[in-house]
Amino acid sequence: MMDFPQKLIPLLLTFLVTVPVATTARSAESIPFPSQEWSFNGPFGTFDRGELQRGFQVYKEVCATCHSLNFISFRNLTDLGFNENEVKAIAADFQVEDGPNNEGEMFERAAIPSDMWPAPYPNDNAARASNNGALPPDLSLMVDARAGGADYLYALLSGYHETPQGKEIGEGMYYNAYYPGNQIAMPSPLVDDGVEYGDGTRATLVQQARDVTAFLAWATEPNMEQRKRMGVMVIIFLLVMTVLFYYSKKKIWSDVH
Amino acid sequence: MSGPKLTNPVVRWIDHRLPVFTFLHHEMHEYPTPKNLNYWWNFGSLAGITLVIMIVTGIILSMHYTAHVDHAFQSVERIMRDVNYGWLIRYIHANGASFFFIVVYIHIFRGLYYGSYKAPRELLWMLGVVILLLMMATAFMGYVLPWGQMSFWGATVITNLFSAIPLVGESIVTLLWGGFSVDNPTLNRFFSLHYLLPFVIVGVVVLHIIALHRFGSNNPLGIDVRGEQDTISFHPYYTVKDMFGLSVFLTIMAAVVFFLPNSMGHPDNYIPANPMVTPAHIVPEWYFLPFYAILRAVPDKLLGVLAMFAAIAVLFVLPWLDRSPVRSASFRPIYKIMFWVFLLDCVALTYLGAMPAEGIYVVLSRLCTVYYFFHFIVLLPALSIIETPRSLPRSIGKPVLGGGNGIPAPAPAAAREKP
Repeated sequence: MMDFPQKLIPLLLTFLVTVPVATTARSAESIPFPSQEWSFNGPFGTFDRGELQRGFQVYKEVCATCHSLNFISFRNLTDLGFNENEVKAIAADFQVEDGPNNEGEMFERAAIPSDMWPAPYPNDNAARASNNGALPPDLSLMVDARAGGADYLYALLSGYHETPQGKEIGEGMYYNAYYPGNQIAMPSPLVDDGVEYGDGTRATLVQQARDVTAFLAWATEPNMEQRKRMGVMVIIFLLVMTVLFYYSKKKIWSDVH
Repeated sequence: MSGPKLTNPVVRWIDHRLPVFTFLHHEMHEYPTPKNLNYWWNFGSLAGITLVIMIVTGIILSMHYTAHVDHAFQSVERIMRDVNYGWLIRYIHANGASFFFIVVYIHIFRGLYYGSYKAPRELLWMLGVVILLLMMATAFMGYVLPWGQMSFWGATVITNLFSAIPLVGESIVTLLWGGFSVDNPTLNRFFSLHYLLPFVIVGVVVLHIIALHRFGSNNPLGIDVRGEQDTISFHPYYTVKDMFGLSVFLTIMAAVVFFLPNSMGHPDNYIPANPMVTPAHIVPEWYFLPFYAILRAVPDKLLGVLAMFAAIAVLFVLPWLDRSPVRSASFRPIYKIMFWVFLLDCVALTYLGAMPAEGIYVVLSRLCTVYYFFHFIVLLPALSIIETPRSLPRSIGKPVLGGGNGIPAPAPAAAREKP
């Protein structure tokens, strides 16, 4: 009779972990969006290098016009499968401000791998002034910073539909099926064949949306693959440890009556 | 009470002058512990270990963190991206806070079920409530440090609660903020206190353990230990049992840290703090939700704040509200049901705290809040009068030896003898 509550331990533990998860995930009121298959889903998920490189191209040629990527430096791009020379070449296409030099002057030079990705605007006010008063957010943490993560971003980027009848859209705003409130200040950034992929993949709008979402998932957490790989090893170690302690406990307690 | 057999002459020399080895032997090795403790008793040591994990990871994080409104968010992202294994340390620390509360809440409900707060363990229980309060303050201030949107707005909402205090409220808020809004001075003092309070917790934990070792652990039967036949030495029996429990716990925690590290956080906290933009819903961390629900259930701000604090304060006087001489719910048929109803009420409050304060949620929050206090203030004192406890076993050793059946039932009054 005494072990009645004890049987509930696993149940309660699961419960206590799921309740916080469920309650925090629910808090944002967003429009339901379909979930997608991503190569980086699940405990063994990894990034698809081809997808990341295509996504990087979309970011560089489309998003980077308005959106900064402040936490990514050029050297990080080796994660996408570029070699060091390729990264140097990518960086060299950008001019960054450095200095002051020995004369006390700031000067422009070609970027090197250790430089951060240059922001499109010098400050938030300049960004707003160029975008009808709206501030294009930094994209470094987008996947973690939005409820729904990658699924939501993909839905958003591919969710520019015709404005339904009877829906009022404000001046300079655009209809989006998944943006909270359905009115977004960003016009549809992607169009079919808006970029030309080097690997022969057809650059449809949804393909670009997929690729750039995967790229942003990487930018949000460049260490994700290391985290999951390590996690598998740690869990295996802990399971073995659990079994060993279980039998040690059984043996040591065998003389208690 | 025999001392340890020290064979090493150096150890013996030290122990003669500074009896640390005798102390450890006495308190951790031979320390007599009821032999019938179930797995719910693992959560005390788990809480202690989680505290150590939090302090160690926290100290490492503070080596890389910058407590300044212009740099805090960036410094956290640098930890995540550029510090070696910084992501691991931070994910352990952030999720460790949630696991600390999970463990401590289970520990508290175990105490409620088995009546561990009753004489002679009232101070032990009250020190535990102090630890809970300190944990809440520490966790709240820790959540502010990354300086994301929820950090900033959570800090704004919670510190503003103090403005409800008559006369001095506004001054207290100014003092907490170090200015006239949540800003750099606020972040600095929160960082300082977030670093300080865990060590205060360690101090109270030491007192908690001293009080525990005075009479030893309560046990699932809730009856007093009668002699050596009822106990076993802490080591190796409970050390190995605690290690097994720890392994299970670490496995679950690792699964979350490595595979769902952001599941208990809020996405908005990955957006840098912006005093000009209020998030759609300001939600505290999940472990504050029951208290947040109580706060919002009361229409008046001051009364709401009072109710929220009273929800914890009532735990301090619990040993004197529950007058039943029987500790364990196993022998209290009505209390046993009421315990589960109360647990359900707390889960419901957690859920309601996360919901918007409108419509049916408000009504339910009020009902659950009323029931929360009804349980402590009306039900428990009443139960100790109207409830007839089942007969208690004569000793811990007996039911185990005798197979648990056929023990003559002593009158309930027999349980009334006091230490």
